[in-house]
Amino acid sequence: MRRTRALRYLFAHRLAMVGMGILLGMLVLTLLAPLLSPYPPAKTDFAALQQPPSPQHPFGTDELGRDILSRVLYGARVSLSAGVFSVTLALGMGGLVGLVAGYYGGRVDNLLMRLVDAMLAFPFLVLAIALAAVLGPSLQNTMLAIAVVTLPVFARLVRGQVLAERPKEYVQAALALGAGDLRVLLGHLLPNILGPLIVQVSLSTANAILAEATLSFLGLGVQPPMPSWGSMLNAARGYLAYAPWMALFPGLAIFLAVLAFNLIGDGLRDALDPRLRR
Amino acid sequence: MIPFLLRRLLGGLPTLFLVTLLVFALTHLLPGDPIRLLLGEEANPQLAAELRRQLGLDRPVLVQYLGWLGDLLQGDFGRSLKNNLPVGPVLLEKLPTTVQLSFLAMLVAVVIAIPAGVFAALRRGSWWDGGTTALALTGISLPNFFLGILLIYAFSIRLGWIPPSGYVEPWVDLRKNLLLLLLPAITLGTALAGALTRFVRNSLLEVLHQDYVRTARAKGLVERVVIFKHALRNAAIPVVTVMGLQLGGLLGGAVVTEQIFSIPGFGRLVVDAVLNRDFPVLQAVVLLAALAVFLVNVLVDLLYAAIDPRIRYT
Repeated sequence: MRRTRALRYLFAHRLAMVGMGILLGMLVLTLLAPLLSPYPPAKTDFAALQQPPSPQHPFGTDELGRDILSRVLYGARVSLSAGVFSVTLALGMGGLVGLVAGYYGGRVDNLLMRLVDAMLAFPFLVLAIALAAVLGPSLQNTMLAIAVVTLPVFARLVRGQVLAERPKEYVQAALALGAGDLRVLLGHLLPNILGPLIVQVSLSTANAILAEATLSFLGLGVQPPMPSWGSMLNAARGYLAYAPWMALFPGLAIFLAVLAFNLIGDGLRDALDPRLRR
Repeated sequence: MIPFLLRRLLGGLPTLFLVTLLVFALTHLLPGDPIRLLLGEEANPQLAAELRRQLGLDRPVLVQYLGWLGDLLQGDFGRSLKNNLPVGPVLLEKLPTTVQLSFLAMLVAVVIAIPAGVFAALRRGSWWDGGTTALALTGISLPNFFLGILLIYAFSIRLGWIPPSGYVEPWVDLRKNLLLLLLPAITLGTALAGALTRFVRNSLLEVLHQDYVRTARAKGLVERVVIFKHALRNAAIPVVTVMGLQLGGLLGGAVVTEQIFSIPGFGRLVVDAVLNRDFPVLQAVVLLAALAVFLVNVLVDLLYAAIDPRIRYT
């Protein structure tokens, strides 16, 4: 009952629907990238260096004559998968830490949460940069670095929710019926704390996409020739005065992807938290 | 107040201790070998062993950590691998620039967020309110490096009003300093402005239907006084908390912003340390960033008392 009302509210949420629309559009374009791209993303054309947008190259070409539209389309794969994988990893690791800490309490809780607090003491991006630097630049390492930095948020959130749910009757009833810890944790507690988790997943995905783009922009993320929006922007910086389209399109793509997840997360929060409803 | 301050600082010690442990682990326990990173994959093994000994990396990890921690406590951050200069003084030299930039960015954010948030709260549920929320989310979602590039394109390349990069110290030429920091401050402050706008709106909405606001209206005060003197002051605490929490984000954003605008600050130091594989510098800047976040949050606690006279620290 509560859930259907939340869903109905979400569908009536204009901004959240705009976010869903952008995301769906991006997903379709990403999946169809091989069909839609006019050129292979890494194909250089020295007869067409830094061409402004034209019918042949709708988004123009870059300093090696590569088609920017094709690169933006393929770059979406890197950005979206970086966002989704790193957050999934962070959710798994952080969620586990939070479940264990909140459920068992006591010394385990104390130790785990101290560690989480220490991780949260670092500025998100500074720690991600340092981790990515130590691990070395690659897509996998970038995702790992972002996942580690995102993990504490989920640990904190899940622990807090478990602490709030633990004394409730349904948990006590399950325990009294002889359900094991694992069953209570995954079968009873987890479904009841999904709401706030989904909101955080959406907002964290926005942050993760932004972080991947930032790391690639600084040269610490995805390496050439793999097209990444962040590294495309970095390359564009040097030619801003006479090839601004090189920066415009990848920049807009990052902005739209991040915006979509922020809009959805925001709408979900409104939908699941009755206090914030207008 | 002093006892509170002491307790708060002492309470942070275990966390700070863990922070040093994490920073150390970051460069010593992770798979990347600093020697291999410094000398390249095909390094001369003899040379590598020599360098390893020189840097003390051949000692047991625990000894290395305790040695590093002992030096830290004496204010010794080690020496840069690149130019062999002590890291501490270099950090101190770069820090004021970033502090000034962050302060200006915070100013940009507050100047935008308070009017926008109040405006949205007063017209709650209207198109204006929705529009403000959408704009705030746009600000949050706009990558600062993209915004910086757009600003450089518009104001430096097209209009030619502001030089695209460079930095002048404020005591040399304050006007030039502020002119050069204007675009970076907007770049860095926009995301914060978006986040703050939403917090100002939401926390103002929470207090607007409280009894004391009704009382203030009932006794015939003008709406302006009711909002700015009675409501906004009470809405300020969550807003100030968020500002404190956002400092970490600001430091991260400064790394990118300083890179785009070629500002020689803390953020540039981070990027240079990473590109040069300069691990002592990297350790020091990461540690310093965490320390700064901790201290600012203590400061935020103290600010509460200034905003809300009901809060007294003993």
